[in-house]
Amino acid sequence: MSEKQHVFDTFLRQDKLPHIWCPGCGNGIVINALIRAIEKTEIDPDNVVIVSGIGCSSRANGYMNFCALHTNHGRALPYATGVKMFNPKLKVIVVTGDGDCTSIGGNHFIHACRRNIDITTVVFNNNNYGMTGGQFSPTTPLGSKTKTSVYGSIDTPFDICSLAAAAGATYVARSTVYHVNMLINQIAEGINHQGFSVVEAVCDCPTLYGRLNKKGAAPDMLLGFKENAVMKAKADTMTEEELKGKIVIGNFAKRVDRKEYTAQYDSIIESAKGGH
Amino acid sequence: MGKFEFNEKLCKACGICAVLCPKQVYDRDEEGKPIFARPEDCIDCKLCELRCPDFAIRMGENE
Amino acid sequence: MENTYEIMTGNEACTHAAIAAGMRFFAGYPITPATEIAELSSEWLPKVGGKYMQMEDELASMAAIIGASSAGAKAMTATSGPGYSLMQENLGYAAMAEVPIVVAYAMRQGPCQGVATLPAQGDIMQVRWGVHGDHPIIAVAPASVGEVYTETIRAFNLAETYRVPVVIMTDAMLAHMSERIRIPDSSEYECVDRKRPTCPPEEFKPFADDGTGIPPMASFGDGYRWYCSGLIHDETGFPVSDNPQLTSDSIKRLVGKVENNLKDIESYEEYKTEDAEYLIVSIGLLSRSVKDAVDQARQEGIKVGVFRPITVWPFPEQRLAELSQNKRKLFVCEMNEGQLYHVVRESAGVTPVVQITQNNGKMIAAETILKALKEEI
Repeated sequence: MSEKQHVFDTFLRQDKLPHIWCPGCGNGIVINALIRAIEKTEIDPDNVVIVSGIGCSSRANGYMNFCALHTNHGRALPYATGVKMFNPKLKVIVVTGDGDCTSIGGNHFIHACRRNIDITTVVFNNNNYGMTGGQFSPTTPLGSKTKTSVYGSIDTPFDICSLAAAAGATYVARSTVYHVNMLINQIAEGINHQGFSVVEAVCDCPTLYGRLNKKGAAPDMLLGFKENAVMKAKADTMTEEELKGKIVIGNFAKRVDRKEYTAQYDSIIESAKGGH
Repeated sequence: MGKFEFNEKLCKACGICAVLCPKQVYDRDEEGKPIFARPEDCIDCKLCELRCPDFAIRMGENE
Repeated sequence: MENTYEIMTGNEACTHAAIAAGMRFFAGYPITPATEIAELSSEWLPKVGGKYMQMEDELASMAAIIGASSAGAKAMTATSGPGYSLMQENLGYAAMAEVPIVVAYAMRQGPCQGVATLPAQGDIMQVRWGVHGDHPIIAVAPASVGEVYTETIRAFNLAETYRVPVVIMTDAMLAHMSERIRIPDSSEYECVDRKRPTCPPEEFKPFADDGTGIPPMASFGDGYRWYCSGLIHDETGFPVSDNPQLTSDSIKRLVGKVENNLKDIESYEEYKTEDAEYLIVSIGLLSRSVKDAVDQARQEGIKVGVFRPITVWPFPEQRLAELSQNKRKLFVCEMNEGQLYHVVRESAGVTPVVQITQNNGKMIAAETILKALKEEI
């Protein structure tokens, strides 16, 4: 009798482990959630393509046993767009970080949201540039210390989910690496959603952001996520003052009113072939 | 109760499994790696497996 | 076989030929003087089931065609100087990941925004070395609308054969001027498809050399699971950061794909060179002015010929070196401050090399070339 294989055996490239990340890094937890979400959706693994850019999070697709491109900094989304557009039967997932996605890749991000192409983007948000040693990113909270904001950051951060929803993404959700079951469900929902989906996974970076801001070790940072998390519905009733330092989790957008991009292009092909 | 399978080579001793276990079934060795000390308390929630950043823990079903 | 003739601009010929060569994906961003290629692609591609995308910028355009090519498409983008500058980062990925792509590049007067509507040849070196690091690239420079057609087909075939980015270099004038051209029948040319893996999927190593230096390429979704990093990688596509031997071998194999296949890749035209004492080297549309000048000079008894590299990169050094041996002088005629000049000097041996340049957005007139020639002989 064949027993069901463990998801680690089916979807991880065991020969590439242990991974390069620091002890307690939340990136591994996001991969853990991502492969379970893929398992849950029962999509054909041969049709999964995972595209990444540059940064700690962008190494994630190397550890998963799917087709993958590890591309340039910030550019994962346009590469993924080309893959999906040419062959819409492929399930295209982008793994990216806060810097990769919202700084150097910020323009690509809002345009991908606007197009509503069926790609699932998982943003590993650890509030700083980890690969280069802990500089502030577009999601570093005001006043936080990083290697390039030793006096406290004065750059107002982006709220990735609000940005994505405003730019037109049709499925947007946030969870943390503490709330793993929610994260798995959100990624699975994102994959099943017909359109551009964004799942922000709030991640700990204990070695850099955590240490520089005295957030404690990895388990302390995860407990911090637990304490500071507020469900979206509750957050909608709270004041800005009350929301200071909180992490709003849950769904930010779930729309079915906009047609998916590759499906729209199929209509173009039909009318172009039909003549005038 | 879950069946604890542990891949020591992958574990980086971050302590997430032990500290965040809702039933506190783990102790940690001198390196900080988990010891499945109180299996009878385990409720098989699998949170340790899900939250392990290094894929070092598998909580199998017991017969 | 029927002969079909049409009046087309360079940009039209390029788009028409690209689709004839099998292009089924185009991503681009509007830029003068290449925009018509995007416009025509948006109209013609869906008619053949192909896809057109207008991206948010040129970085995204290059990224999207690489993504599409990884999924099996023959893909192209079109641009000019400022856009080509933005494409360099991802063009480097195409070279590194060995993803076949084609760039139609209509040169305009630079630097920076320069003059958008006027032709120039100021990007010869950028085409070769715009990408950081040693990398392979092929560039062809057609001299007429008809040649734009045939060289575009060849560009796709070279990209597919060698898994190397190929640039079709025209200029603002060739892109926009109309000529009556013969459209070749599909039976007259071959459309090359990239070599596919034949091994079982579990044995597939996407960057393993099969002895030819050019690994077979799988498409996403065809059952082969492969990963490719833009970092130096091993034959599985995975980054390897501390292996000097592998680093060196990888780069040598990449560059060798062009260097070891010069006979197949290189092409050039020799015009009235047999008895020539002087030789003018020139590329692209400008070479037609040069030929005019040569014809006039010959009427005055000056024995001069033209060497026109059609592949600018790889530059046909060896043939030029042979031709240089019995020449009194070489001339390099180009619309810049002297770029091809440096490459020509490398091939010229002891033969003196003289520059004929004009860098003002205007084609160099035959009379100007003739005058410069006569001053030096």
